[in-house]
Amino acid sequence: MDSPISYLYAFLIGGALCVIAQILIDKTKLTPARILVIYVCAGVVLTAVGAYKPLVDLAGGGATTPLTGFGYTIATGVREAVDEKGLLGALTGGISATSAGICAAIIFGFLASLIFTGKPKK
Amino acid sequence: MNKKEYSEYVKRKARKSPITKNCSFAFLIGGLICTLAHGLKNIYLSFDLDERSASSLVSVTLILITAVLTGIGVFDNIAKVAGAGTIVPITGFANAVSSAAIDNKSEGYVLGVGAKMFVIAGPVIVFGLLSGAIYGVIYYIVGVFL
Repeated sequence: MDSPISYLYAFLIGGALCVIAQILIDKTKLTPARILVIYVCAGVVLTAVGAYKPLVDLAGGGATTPLTGFGYTIATGVREAVDEKGLLGALTGGISATSAGICAAIIFGFLASLIFTGKPKK
Repeated sequence: MNKKEYSEYVKRKARKSPITKNCSFAFLIGGLICTLAHGLKNIYLSFDLDERSASSLVSVTLILITAVLTGIGVFDNIAKVAGAGTIVPITGFANAVSSAAIDNKSEGYVLGVGAKMFVIAGPVIVFGLLSGAIYGVIYYIVGVFL
């Protein structure tokens, strides 16, 4: 089981990743959509070079919940799939590993649109 | 200090404060969401779930919470204060999908909800999977030759 200190790391690392994005939003003209894309790709690259795993081991949810963690899941999924199935794994691994999250976002988003109606745009 | 100096001082302070304030809230709320995720994962792990299933279930839970909060209009109010604090965690991804789905309902379920859902989530998936596939090819080639 995780030690209580891991909650502190989750808070600190997760918060820090959000602050980096906030600075990018405030100081540059990057839109949130671009930030998300940068974060996912950064997660993949950092995982590929082995820099993200230690962060996940240290901070748990603090590293996996930000969108960089989405990239981490894609990259680890790809690596495991390539180990298992060879080159085909490069195509199957990423989406298999993230399938629950992507499908949940689609299903819950659709259900939300059935139940709720948007407020008129200001 | 005279009036002019004072007004300049105020202006400087006023310009500086938003980023400090924004970052503080982003840190606090982003950190709290991650801590919640961390706690959820430990709860799911205690139900004898394996590591990957527990992680997936945490994402699913946060996405569900976000969709509901987006639907009842609470998420927007939190996001206004939190900025990147709600954008960067998986909640931002979920909110992008559900708010686009709800807001474009009037355009119909196929081209409104079904298509507009992916305005922000689409690029994330495209570039995430693209970089993942590139990594997979490199990893494969390195594995073959080493």
